[in-house]
Amino acid sequence: MLKLEDCIIRNGTFGLSAHLSVPARSRVAVIGPSGAGKSTLIEAIAGFLSVETGRITWNGTDITDIHPGARPLAMLFQDDNLFPHLSVAQNVGLGIHPNLRLTASERETVDGAIERVGLAGLGNRKPSELSGGQRSRAALARVLVQRCDLLLLDEPFAALGPALRAEMLDLVADLCDETGATLLMISHAPEDARRIADQAILVAEGQAQEPQDTAALLDNPPKVLREYLG
Amino acid sequence: MADRAQPVSATSGNIVAAGVAAIIFGALLAVALRAETGRGLGASDWAALRFTILQAGLSALFSVALAIPVARALARRRFAGRRVLIAVLGAPFILPVIVAVLGLIMVFGRAGWLSQILGLAGLPPVQVYGLHGVVLAHVFFNLPLATRLILQGWQEIPGERFRLAAQLGADGWAMFRLIEWPMLRRVVPSILAVIFAICLTSFAVALTLGGGPRATTIELAIYQAFRFDFDLGRAAMLSAVQLGLTVIAGALALWLARGDGFGTGLDRVVRRWDGQAAMPRLLDGAVIALAAGFLLLPLLAMTLSGLPTLLSLPQQVFSAALTSVLVASISTVLLLAMALPMAAAIARGRGGMLELAGILGLAASPLVIGTGLFILIRPWSNPLAWALPVTALVNAITVLPFALRVLVPRARDVVARQGRLAVSLDMQGWPFLRHVLMPRLKAQIGFAAGLAAALSMGDLGVITLFADPDVATLPLQIYRLMGAYQMDSAAGAALLLLVLSFGAFWLLDRGGRAHAEA
Repeated sequence: MLKLEDCIIRNGTFGLSAHLSVPARSRVAVIGPSGAGKSTLIEAIAGFLSVETGRITWNGTDITDIHPGARPLAMLFQDDNLFPHLSVAQNVGLGIHPNLRLTASERETVDGAIERVGLAGLGNRKPSELSGGQRSRAALARVLVQRCDLLLLDEPFAALGPALRAEMLDLVADLCDETGATLLMISHAPEDARRIADQAILVAEGQAQEPQDTAALLDNPPKVLREYLG
Repeated sequence: MADRAQPVSATSGNIVAAGVAAIIFGALLAVALRAETGRGLGASDWAALRFTILQAGLSALFSVALAIPVARALARRRFAGRRVLIAVLGAPFILPVIVAVLGLIMVFGRAGWLSQILGLAGLPPVQVYGLHGVVLAHVFFNLPLATRLILQGWQEIPGERFRLAAQLGADGWAMFRLIEWPMLRRVVPSILAVIFAICLTSFAVALTLGGGPRATTIELAIYQAFRFDFDLGRAAMLSAVQLGLTVIAGALALWLARGDGFGTGLDRVVRRWDGQAAMPRLLDGAVIALAAGFLLLPLLAMTLSGLPTLLSLPQQVFSAALTSVLVASISTVLLLAMALPMAAAIARGRGGMLELAGILGLAASPLVIGTGLFILIRPWSNPLAWALPVTALVNAITVLPFALRVLVPRARDVVARQGRLAVSLDMQGWPFLRHVLMPRLKAQIGFAAGLAAALSMGDLGVITLFADPDVATLPLQIYRLMGAYQMDSAAGAALLLLVLSFGAFWLLDRGGRAHAEA
């Protein structure tokens, strides 16, 4: 279980307070108006923003002051999720070893992950030789080999078309089921949240609320969310 | 915990910067402590100071005055070879001074082409040594620089403004007053200051074309106090004077150049509607041809007289060439070892002090640093034995500011774009440098290494202070051949040096770009 206890996260002059817990193996969407602090919340959990007060725990272990690279989580950003000068296999391999020294069996793991996301045979390609959807798949292959308990998505599929985005979300849901990972994803599109996240955290008015049922929240949104959804 | 986790630490960059600063300040301190200020400046020192300022002023003035019509012609003409010509204008930066000087002597010297043509008309030959020779060589090196900088000013004028002026029927003089003069008034002062500062510290030109009581610069006086009188106190005092001069001129240039960028996108052609009549076209053509001739003829002359002797060069030339290749290699490795950690540290964001350490090399001239190092080494070892390592080190420190200008913007970009991803994958320190930063910087590293190798290969500075008769780099060997009036051998050796310098640059620059990927 991921817990944020009485956290205040400061991002420049903006402050966000969060007190919530996310059950293990759940899939949770983070929704709210633009600029409400969705990314701030995710970046604090990932360790890119420090927490001013309060603490963050994963399964009871305090991770508040742990370096981003050492946290038990994987994260996909809005863009630049692959190193453009490295091949797909190398990019995926980084999820196992940041210095890229892989054993034969680890290389097999990489190949298996590439195959699992549907990129079999494209391991030697550079990201520039892939389509947008294929690039997303490559990033997900890396998430797969990272074997992390927690997956954070900061809208990595925002640039894809609706059909492709749905396809990627289904793949994410499948991968989470297979690995038993907990998913936390920022979403701007209510239909994405409904699609794979049964629970949702509402971020609005400087506060991140406890997860609640996604369908209920979207069917009967509070005023701030209604204005945003239009 | 820091608000922003970074994939590179600043530690090694800080250590390197502290080391560079320690070497430079150590050398300067040694100079300051050794300087015999009690004696004050003698008559010949005052003459050297006057001459230094006079030649630098004249050089800046002529370079810029001549560059304005060349830049104007290049800005409004399109012709085959324009791109190549503009690229060639960047070449003098890595052209060894001694090579250019030799070429200039062969065109403008007593027995040169110009004198021969004058002889046909029954006129006396011209002389290239003295004030006008020093200024001529400085114009040769700085006319291209000034042209590129002024051309940049021209390129930055929005095309719409030319269209509007054309619509109003402005041509020639009116166009100049309306659009071009305001631009020149903005860019020319800083270019004058930059060239003035460059010419203040020029040593090799004064060494080869100046000399004597009436054409000695401060740098040359330092060298003479060193080599001829072995008067360290006087050399140190002159070094202090030179340092003051450079700092003042450098500060002036920086102050005037606020916010000016570096020359990029110079091969863009702005559509122009003025000056399409026959007369201005003819004039522009003549200006471009004259400028190209002035820059290329000396190199042609040097090549023509060097080519026949290239294979029969004395043995010392080849061993000197080997020495130069060695020094240049060490200098290039040293430069990268300094520049990469510093660039990585600066790319983290808060690099104010680091950047300052990076440009220190511009403030103190190589000869001044060399003087300081000589004073520092002397109590515990024979400085002459250190000639080559010191030359390699001082060359690397001299190139450091330029290398950082090449590396830092790209390094900033890489850290900003890919730093978070790297941190989230726990790639820090060496894995990040090895797998992300260095591969992404390949083209810039190649270019910086090329600059370092070429400049070190062609440098005729510190080595003159330290070298004993048995040791020589190739430029020093050429200088000795010139001193012995073996001009043909000197030209052959200069041709070899030219090939080595440009070859090293080409190889490293291309090597970097060939493997660089989007």
